[in-house]
Amino acid sequence: MNPSFAPLIVVPIVLPLIAAAVLLLVGDSRRRLGSLINIMAAFAGLIVAIALLWRLNHAAGVDAIAVHLTSNWAAPFGIALVADRLSALMLTVVGVVGVGAALYAAAGWARKGSYFHPLFQIQLMGINGAFLTGDLFNLFVFFEVMLAASYGLQLHGSGWPRVRAGMHYIAVNLLASSLFLIGLAILYGVMGTLSMADVAAKVALVPPGDRGLLHAGAAILAMAFLIKAAVWPLNAWLVPAYTATSAPVAALFVLMTKVGLYSVLRLWMLLFPADAVTSTQFGGPLLLAGGLATLAFGAIGVLASIRLDRIAAFCVIVTSGTLLASFATGSVAATSAALFYLVSSTFAVSALFLMVEPVQRTRSEQHAQNPAYDNLPDEDDNLDDEALPLVGRAVPVSIAALGLTYMACALLVAGLPPLSGFLSKAAILTAIVGDDGASTIPTSTWILVALLLVSSLFTTISLVRAGIRHFWSKGGRFAPRLKLAESGSILVLVVACLLLTAFAEPVLRYTRATAAYLHAPRPYVEAVFDTPPRPGPTTPDYSQSEAR
Amino acid sequence: MEVLLALVIGVLGGAGVWLVLRPRTFQVVMGLVLLSYAVNLFIFSMGSLSIDHPPIVTPGQAADLQNYSDPMPQALVLTAIVIGFATTALFLVVLLAARGLSGTDHVDGERDDE
Repeated sequence: MNPSFAPLIVVPIVLPLIAAAVLLLVGDSRRRLGSLINIMAAFAGLIVAIALLWRLNHAAGVDAIAVHLTSNWAAPFGIALVADRLSALMLTVVGVVGVGAALYAAAGWARKGSYFHPLFQIQLMGINGAFLTGDLFNLFVFFEVMLAASYGLQLHGSGWPRVRAGMHYIAVNLLASSLFLIGLAILYGVMGTLSMADVAAKVALVPPGDRGLLHAGAAILAMAFLIKAAVWPLNAWLVPAYTATSAPVAALFVLMTKVGLYSVLRLWMLLFPADAVTSTQFGGPLLLAGGLATLAFGAIGVLASIRLDRIAAFCVIVTSGTLLASFATGSVAATSAALFYLVSSTFAVSALFLMVEPVQRTRSEQHAQNPAYDNLPDEDDNLDDEALPLVGRAVPVSIAALGLTYMACALLVAGLPPLSGFLSKAAILTAIVGDDGASTIPTSTWILVALLLVSSLFTTISLVRAGIRHFWSKGGRFAPRLKLAESGSILVLVVACLLLTAFAEPVLRYTRATAAYLHAPRPYVEAVFDTPPRPGPTTPDYSQSEAR
Repeated sequence: MEVLLALVIGVLGGAGVWLVLRPRTFQVVMGLVLLSYAVNLFIFSMGSLSIDHPPIVTPGQAADLQNYSDPMPQALVLTAIVIGFATTALFLVVLLAARGLSGTDHVDGERDDE
């Protein structure tokens, strides 16, 4: 039942942990070594995630779910790590964004404070763990690991705006953790188990008298996840926190909203599947309403933003809204399209966050760090107002590259053709409208369609406005000096999106399989329960080893 | 005992929420501490309250909640306490940093003239 590569799924958690420990030993004094280890560890994580993705993609049925019993106890007891298609997809996304952020941090941000690298790795560990765990309380623990690291990273570089935003961010997340625990406790009180597979198996057996309590517990738990996923009206913390923090951290934080969304999707599908007898898709309309409100809020916020980092932060909210609303429609096709959108939008918004600083460097000579000495005026040049040569001034390579990348990012985020952003939005639209043409389409779907299109329009307007200001008007005069690592990091993310565009068909096939299997959670439960503990060296002769 | 515990959790939770909504950072952190107490007691009470029941199975006695108390919430609450304690300590450090940077203990760092 259990694929042979099951032990591989421990690696995404253990590898960052070991890397963090090594980075602590390396310390802050040997920066190059630290950066190198950080990038290598992030890259190794990506390789492992892709290997996992590859293996799971080529397996079928129950074999497509890898289970590792961490304490070697059979299923409902102990903590199981479960890697299915969804987990593997999310791990790969984490890997790509992690490599990008690590590269960018190596260019300078890592030196602005202490212990950046260990915290970075711990954050990766928390996110990976949250995607892999098959136990609700373990999910809480990995949430806290992720959050504890994020508190440190958010404040990285210090300064009043960061501390102020961080203070609010931490307070909100501590409250969310309390809600998480209350929800967990209620679920445990009703069902007597916290293993996700066991919860899914037992949810049908909950007597009608306890149904209300079950729903309350699930709703409180969902509140905690929705705060993390930045759903309106629980998202006031996001924009200040993400804009105040340093660029690589903001790029990494884009992943954290996805952890919240992942948890909602996973638990909603496990607890209230569409094929259940009672409580079928409980809370679906509320999730849909939340998603729509978030989408509307994010779209207005994007339009109202001038600064590029604020635009990016509101784009995070827009993607959260889009994803939640698409998931909440409850159809396999919409979930599949939304997963594709998740991958594409995460890369694009992370890249946008990474571009904020380099783009701002074009605005003034001071920020450009390296005034373009290659176009100092000759004596008889035709000079413009500010004594810069007007004729024969080539667009510097860095500006051209930056401009092109910015354009790609804008197309991706706004969902305009020809890149993957467009493909994913088109997939979502066709999924929610043209799913089964015979039946009538509910009003909420039309609202979703309208909001999706309007949010695209608003994002386009806002990004074009920012682009004109930074590249065409006075701003674009100074060629920013781009470090290799900085441009490399942005390139990693943009190239990932280009690959996603080129290989959209296989990726969509993968997400379709993922969604189909998410909507029928039976194999998940079976895979976890059918995994036998490994016989250890002490198992056959237990008494002897104890006597010794 | 259920009524007493419910009252305690309610009072702690209510006081915690009220304090979290106050504008001073110290009040906020106290509120969070009270809330975490309430939550911890709540988790604890989910294992069904009983007195003089050990969580460890003795041979010859049926292993159900009639004879034993559930060890699981006790383990959970221990983890929750440790994590809550650590994150609150971390929050305190941030509050001190904010106090130093802004010169006031208002949560937004603004001097208000109350």
